Amino acid sequence: MTTKTPPLSIENVSVAYHRKPVLRNITYQSPEGECVGIIGPNGAGKSTLIKAALGLLPLAGGEVSIYGKPYSQQRKLVGYVPQRESVDWDFPTNALDVVLMGLYGQLGWFRRPKSEHKDRALEALRKVGMESFAKRQISQLSGGQQQRVFLARALAQEAQIYFMDEPFVGVDAATEKAIVQVLHELKEQKKTVFVVHHDLQTVSEYFDSVMLLNLRLIASGPTNEIFTTENLQKTYGGRLAILPPQTNDLLSTQ
Amino acid sequence: MLELFRDANALWVLAGTTLLGISSGVLGSFAFLRKRGLMGDVLAHAALPGICLAFLFTGSKNPLWLLIGATLTGLLASLFLSWITRFSKIKEDTALGLVLSTFFGFGIVLLTQIQHSDFGNQAGLDKFLFGQSASLVGADVVMMGSIALVLILLASLFFKELKLLCFDANYGKSLGFPMVGLDFFLMLLLVVAVVIGLQAAGVVLMASLLITPAATARYWTERLDHMILISACLGALSGLVGTILSSVATKLSTGPLIVLAVTLLFFVSMLCAPKRGLIAKWLRLIQTRQKVRQEQIYVAWNQLGNQTVTLTALSNQSNLSPAQIRRWIKQQKRGGQVMESAQDTFTLSNASWKKANDTALLRLYMEMWHMYEDIETDCSIQDIEQLSDLPESLRSQLQSYLQKHIPEEDQTNYYVTRKAGME
Repeated sequence: MTTKTPPLSIENVSVAYHRKPVLRNITYQSPEGECVGIIGPNGAGKSTLIKAALGLLPLAGGEVSIYGKPYSQQRKLVGYVPQRESVDWDFPTNALDVVLMGLYGQLGWFRRPKSEHKDRALEALRKVGMESFAKRQISQLSGGQQQRVFLARALAQEAQIYFMDEPFVGVDAATEKAIVQVLHELKEQKKTVFVVHHDLQTVSEYFDSVMLLNLRLIASGPTNEIFTTENLQKTYGGRLAILPPQTNDLLSTQ
Repeated sequence: MLELFRDANALWVLAGTTLLGISSGVLGSFAFLRKRGLMGDVLAHAALPGICLAFLFTGSKNPLWLLIGATLTGLLASLFLSWITRFSKIKEDTALGLVLSTFFGFGIVLLTQIQHSDFGNQAGLDKFLFGQSASLVGADVVMMGSIALVLILLASLFFKELKLLCFDANYGKSLGFPMVGLDFFLMLLLVVAVVIGLQAAGVVLMASLLITPAATARYWTERLDHMILISACLGALSGLVGTILSSVATKLSTGPLIVLAVTLLFFVSMLCAPKRGLIAKWLRLIQTRQKVRQEQIYVAWNQLGNQTVTLTALSNQSNLSPAQIRRWIKQQKRGGQVMESAQDTFTLSNASWKKANDTALLRLYMEMWHMYEDIETDCSIQDIEQLSDLPESLRSQLQSYLQKHIPEEDQTNYYVTRKAGME
């Protein structure tokens, strides 16, 4: 493999809900081994884009490939962290069991997880600082801890590409720190991570490159080149409230 | 009652209702967790036209044909349901009502037609309406039982996949499992579980046999495998109890008694279950209230800075009424934790005085922790119950924040901060 195939390649993709287009003609090739922020206003189709890339939504047009092949052939290379609110946490199970679900794909039909799988799940929990909560009923976890369990579940998959749907929303500082730590580790392992993100303050800190999205792809590329006020205004229009400079000063003193 | 066990036919009925209870308990658990509680009702009602059509086509009452007919219309109903909710703006509850009554209405039309035609009353299909376990014969039970066994086997074989479906179907899809197919498979199992129970429990009561054991079991456990096991046992138990009761009081029919038995178990569980039950919740609420009140009093006492205080001072400081404080003091007096040193003047024991100080300090520490919630630590903020739960390193960190944040003149109000600061 001398010619580099991009981890994620999106060719002219459109997605529609109830015949109403949500994403139009997105074309994008991702860099490898980077942490990519998917940024855009509410309803801009950020989650839709990663769901479409994962084959969870039918495409109205275009093609998605993972390392040059369709997603259906590359599932083992892809890990997914859905939004926390997408499941009912009052389900009769514990944190370890949820993380074990990340290994179901490798286990295949009918095979039950064995102790080696449990060890791997525990290791994933350790990476997010949750190993002491392995046996805890999932409804007894705080929102941030639930988010970390979802993250651990994806880590257990040991994928090459990760898609994370708003992992930073509504989490405590400890969880935010744990997620950032995981992102760093994944990057060191040359894995590619896509993160749907809301908080413009932290974009330059967390992401090597960004995709600015508002129904279409506004701009994409390295954060320091693309994450500019001009591009942000193109993405957010009037909704972008420029923060006064002293806000940043306030945030850094502690 | 002993006669029951000598009567071969009654034993068949007993075995049949027990097996039925087990299979509907197992499948019902998945339906319950998939939030398809009403599905059993729809499937049972939708089975009626299938039974009638099977009879009209084959002219026989062979249970196998009736079963196949019922399964087909049940599946058709569930397909209609998912189409309606997917392709129209109608919500699921409306769709459920729509499909249920339409299929049932059609079934009743067919049933009346059959009863008024040549094969007439001998058809006896109306026993499917309300169920008639007494009419079960050996052949029925063998078929019911073997199908129930197959259902249980399939459910345990696909346990992992069904769990994934019920908890996070979208994630399962991203792992490559055909979730739409699995959902349909679960529906198929449910339809069959409902259909084999129709003869015993009837269209109207079958839904409760499917969903109540599962809802009951949920009260007793936080593990899916245990929940399914308990649900199966509850189903079997109600089958047993219902059948035995109806054989003791011969005038009562079995189906309704089974349902009453399972509902009774549900109510008992709802009240008495150890963690999720209403009584347990109520007790927890009382405990929390007492704990909060005690904390308020401790903190007030500590803020007054004196081991001996007057009732009025304590009441003013804590914003609690004198009566509320008296009630707490009365409890504490019994354990010797509070002494009445003069009229309406109380002294805390040394042990309680330390507790009061710890409580006040912990409260301040928690305030600090919430201000600096990214403090490096392994322990979780919601696990801290008392001061001794805080590791030493964390304590000194919180203490330094405390001294930074509470102004000097306010610190003098807090005996503990002065004391801890001197340490």
